[in-house]
Amino acid sequence: MTLSGNPSGAPLEPDTRIDPGGSQPTPVLTVRDLRVGTAHTEILHGLNLTINGGERVGLIGESGSGKSITCLSAMGLLPDNLSTGGSIRLAGIEENLLEMPEAALAPLRGSRMSMVFQEPMTALNPLQRVGRQVAEVIDIHGHGQSHQSSSARAVELLDSVGIPDPGRAAQAFPHQLSGGQRQRVMLAMAMANTPDLLFADEPTTALDVTVQAQVLELMRRQVREAGSSLLFITHDLAIVAEICERVLIMRHGELVEQGPIDRVFSDPQHPYTKALLAASGLEVNPSTGRLVTLADLTAGPVVDPQPGSEGEAAPRDPADRPERTPFRIHESLPDGHQGTIVFNRAPASSGLAPAMVQVTELTRTYLRPGRGLKGPTKVPALRGVSFDVREGQHFGIVGESGCGKSTLLRMLTGLERDGSGSVQIGGREVVGQRERNLRWLRQEVQIVFQDPMGSLDPRMRVEDIVTESLIGVPRSERRERAQKILLDVDLPADAVDRYPHEFSGGQRQRIAIARALVNSPRILVADEAVSALDVSVRAQVLNLLSDLVDAYGLTLLFVSHDLHVVRHVCDTVAVMKAGRIIECGPTDEVYDSPQHPYTASLIRAVPTLQVA
Amino acid sequence: MAVNLLRRIGIFILTAFVASILVFLLLSVVPGDPARAQLGTDASQAEVDALQQRLGLNRPVPLRYLLWLGGLLHGDLGTSFVTRQSVTPEVMNALQVSLLLVVAGMLVAVIIAIPLGTMSAMRQGRADGVVLSALSQIGISIPNFLMALLLVVVLAVRWGVAPASGWVAPAISPGGFLAHLILPALALGIVRGAILSRYTRSAVLDIQRDDFMRTARAKGLTSGRALWRHGLRNALIPVVTVTGVEFSGLLVGAVVIETVFVIPGLGSLLLQSVANRDMAEVQAVVMVIVFMVLLINLLVDLAYTIIDPRLRSAR
Amino acid sequence: MSAPTSSEPTSTARPPAAAAATAPARRGGRLNAMLITGAVMVGVVVLICIVSFLWTPMSPVATDPIDRLQAGSAAHWLGTDGLGRDVTSQLIVGSRIPLLVGVVAVLIALLLGVPWGILAGMAGRPGQWCMRWNDIVQAFPPLLLAVVFAAVFGASTWSAMLALGIGFAPGFARVTRSGTIQVMSREYAVAARAAGRGPLFTAIHHVVPNIRSIVIVQATVTFALAVLSEAALSFLGLGTPAPTPSWGRMLQEAQAYIYNRPTLILWPGVAIAWTVLAFNLLGDGLRDQLDPRMKERR
Repeated sequence: MTLSGNPSGAPLEPDTRIDPGGSQPTPVLTVRDLRVGTAHTEILHGLNLTINGGERVGLIGESGSGKSITCLSAMGLLPDNLSTGGSIRLAGIEENLLEMPEAALAPLRGSRMSMVFQEPMTALNPLQRVGRQVAEVIDIHGHGQSHQSSSARAVELLDSVGIPDPGRAAQAFPHQLSGGQRQRVMLAMAMANTPDLLFADEPTTALDVTVQAQVLELMRRQVREAGSSLLFITHDLAIVAEICERVLIMRHGELVEQGPIDRVFSDPQHPYTKALLAASGLEVNPSTGRLVTLADLTAGPVVDPQPGSEGEAAPRDPADRPERTPFRIHESLPDGHQGTIVFNRAPASSGLAPAMVQVTELTRTYLRPGRGLKGPTKVPALRGVSFDVREGQHFGIVGESGCGKSTLLRMLTGLERDGSGSVQIGGREVVGQRERNLRWLRQEVQIVFQDPMGSLDPRMRVEDIVTESLIGVPRSERRERAQKILLDVDLPADAVDRYPHEFSGGQRQRIAIARALVNSPRILVADEAVSALDVSVRAQVLNLLSDLVDAYGLTLLFVSHDLHVVRHVCDTVAVMKAGRIIECGPTDEVYDSPQHPYTASLIRAVPTLQVA
Repeated sequence: MAVNLLRRIGIFILTAFVASILVFLLLSVVPGDPARAQLGTDASQAEVDALQQRLGLNRPVPLRYLLWLGGLLHGDLGTSFVTRQSVTPEVMNALQVSLLLVVAGMLVAVIIAIPLGTMSAMRQGRADGVVLSALSQIGISIPNFLMALLLVVVLAVRWGVAPASGWVAPAISPGGFLAHLILPALALGIVRGAILSRYTRSAVLDIQRDDFMRTARAKGLTSGRALWRHGLRNALIPVVTVTGVEFSGLLVGAVVIETVFVIPGLGSLLLQSVANRDMAEVQAVVMVIVFMVLLINLLVDLAYTIIDPRLRSAR
Repeated sequence: MSAPTSSEPTSTARPPAAAAATAPARRGGRLNAMLITGAVMVGVVVLICIVSFLWTPMSPVATDPIDRLQAGSAAHWLGTDGLGRDVTSQLIVGSRIPLLVGVVAVLIALLLGVPWGILAGMAGRPGQWCMRWNDIVQAFPPLLLAVVFAAVFGASTWSAMLALGIGFAPGFARVTRSGTIQVMSREYAVAARAAGRGPLFTAIHHVVPNIRSIVIVQATVTFALAVLSEAALSFLGLGTPAPTPSWGRMLQEAQAYIYNRPTLILWPGVAIAWTVLAFNLLGDGLRDQLDPRMKERR
């Protein structure tokens, strides 16, 4: 591996040291000086890469780095308004793929090279039965003798990707399958003609961790059995560690580093790679106790990530962490349990004052309205949830999509008025109250939302956004307070006069945090607050959040699907499944010795940076 | 599923019921006394009273509404103020004529719109696509009666390929029927087709951005074949949405077109009864048109469930 | 018309799609051209309308039994009609009624439809009943409503404007509602509630600014429809009564001479088509320019 810092744009030689078969590796895909751009800007600046036969390569980059564009170029699926330069060659094809006409390129797609996309919910034709869609890829390339045989083959393929009852699944429409199943169907289609090369573009990003683990395992097996090469695109280094042998790091349309995965992960050369690794692992700078950020690595003295510890998520040292709970209870819901467990409640003997937040038997059932001829259906979202949160606690709630954590959060914050049970905050009831009786709650509890794009009104100036909760405060004072709070979140005071679109994702999330804190609440609720951010920004925002929570003495309720982040941020964690809390306790205890099998499987499914 | 079907139909009946109240109220607030208006200023009070008695106009408004509604439910659309006979046969004949015209117009519109819209979407940004798009833009801007007049000038007056006006019932002479149908159907259909083609175009453009179209191409289909195999049926959903709107557009368009071509449809009947100040007949015609619009909307709603499996099956 | 509404409960964390890079960029040039063409064409019509108050070549209403059905000449640029009136002058003055009806009808529709749509979009379940009412009104096509109004209240500019305004209101309500629902589903609307703000604040400070552009586009497109409907109404003799000239009535009168002077239908026809095209182009251009989806992709 040569030196990787590559600002000059000189082509990087592909790393050919790995040699899985022992014989001379034969390249399947060779990309030389690939340039892609619009009329105004160039997105890819001369990319060089080679993928050898049977090799599994990870292509890593943050949003906008151009990683998807790379494989769309090879597939000939780029949007019309992008122009290309350079060459992409597939083994056995004379021509440059970039210069082939659609009619000549199309037969290669789905047979020689195929692709699995990110969003399983929309990637299948909603009006066609699944089996037909799988059979089509066989028919197109003339591998099916007859309609019947390709249909039968489609069922076999569905079976091979582990879809239960494949015969019935073939007759189903896509909306009748879950996200994970749809992604399996996509994989079945992609592998139907045993392609030489499979492109996978963030194929598991939209899936829950447990499903992600299954799909990754399946993909690795399928690719290995078919002898196909794999180019796996992701922003998540841990996933690459699970599935790939070699890794390419991409930033701003250029490769900054590449090499065998263990080498890159243990001995990263480029500062960006180091930063990415540190940020992905939520690594803590031992001298400051704060998360290592990209800025730390590029500006100050480089913190040497210790080779042994980097794979593991490094939680803060429990000794450093201020003890916020004067008791440690670790409980889980026994199988078939019907009664009520109030999680995280101080034992009566402790003589402590009642908790800040007391949730009792919270239940909520949605009536999903009917569509077309389909009648409305009842969807239970919460099925009796009870727990306490003490003042100053950092309470995490984790769970997969649909587990009810969003509903719980909406009821806690009085945004959802229906449902039964009780939520008491500081001894006052929230559930069933009318909006005008919840004024006090709007003072006490503030929320930071997931999407830094959607949570800020694009037509409002930052000043008005930040001071939205200051009702009846004169304009001059509002401006002053907005400027002050913006300084607190490390934004310039002159940001007040700008609009949200002028800020980056991380900055927008700072604005959202400023809005939440401007009125000095006592409880801060963070709803997937860093899930939409790139890893390198995530660490900065998390640092800021912990600083502010400490500085303002807040009680934190942190809701996330990301177990990694929760482990770093929270001292106590509750695990939710199917509308219930199934386990709750001090974070390190729950992570290190989970009591409930579901918790255990959840923790096992999280990909780690540990190289296999 | 059956429950929801019934619910849909229930809503339809309720909507039609409220609409009938509106139609009735709208046309019974006419300033002045309809009986007096019919008989003229010379008539004696006794004569007016007698006519009021006969037309039931001396009854209180709610009762008159209920009687009218009762009649509607039995298929009786009311009694004309002018002829003092039931308007039902006249209105029903006119409805048949108008529906034939509307269906023919719809046919022309669809035949124009689907290929034109698809083409201009596929050729988007290229010269021919721009020309097609501009054509439809101009087509939308021409009022249908102007289109009718232009067709008459060119096809009937200049070239004499079709009769300029009149109507022949299909039962009397199928050939004559078709000949007399050509120009009005074209006038209606070209303008509506232009509108429909723009919907088709944007539906096809939207579909081409959908993920599953990319999947289809990734499977090895060229973009044209992907559109044909996967895109068009999906694009049909938003297009079907507008057919309800299209239908009411065509029905109202027919009102205007019929006067140009002197066709004895609902439009001619409506204008004639407006001219005669025969509010009972106006009421009947308006109710029939509104009912047809509601009915088509119901049918369009049900059509979704046939096209889109997501709406059909309970998970 | 009730399209099936998608009502899947939205759930949880989804890292952002890497869509930014693949989002289709618009060809700015051509679309801008549409906007500019539309604006210029609208400008011409408005200018002619203003001029009509100051000057016309001849009196638009003065009849002349001797100079009937003349071809274009130095005296009568576009000739004369069946009563010997100057076509040019009638065309110029005829622009007033369509524009007046367009402006007032659109204003009425806007004032009725937009608040209704916001209400329907913010009210949740009762909002669906607001839309049922909307569906009922929508069953009355605007032109049909105008004919009925003419029958009941007599044909006049006012009855036409009122009827068209009411008839177009459901369209405004529909687009406003769907825009409002979109705004209300965004987290910033939830954040406003969490900040203790009431629905009125949200409506004024979040909903209105964010749906402004779709309402402007709807107004422009509806204006074109209003001009078309006014022309049809005048053509049927149920619009503004004589002697006030309007393009629709010019066409109606020209119909009688279709065999000997077919060019008489040409000029008012071109005037109507021009105006409608102008507003349609303006609307389409604005749509592409103002579409908030495009905006947020930057």
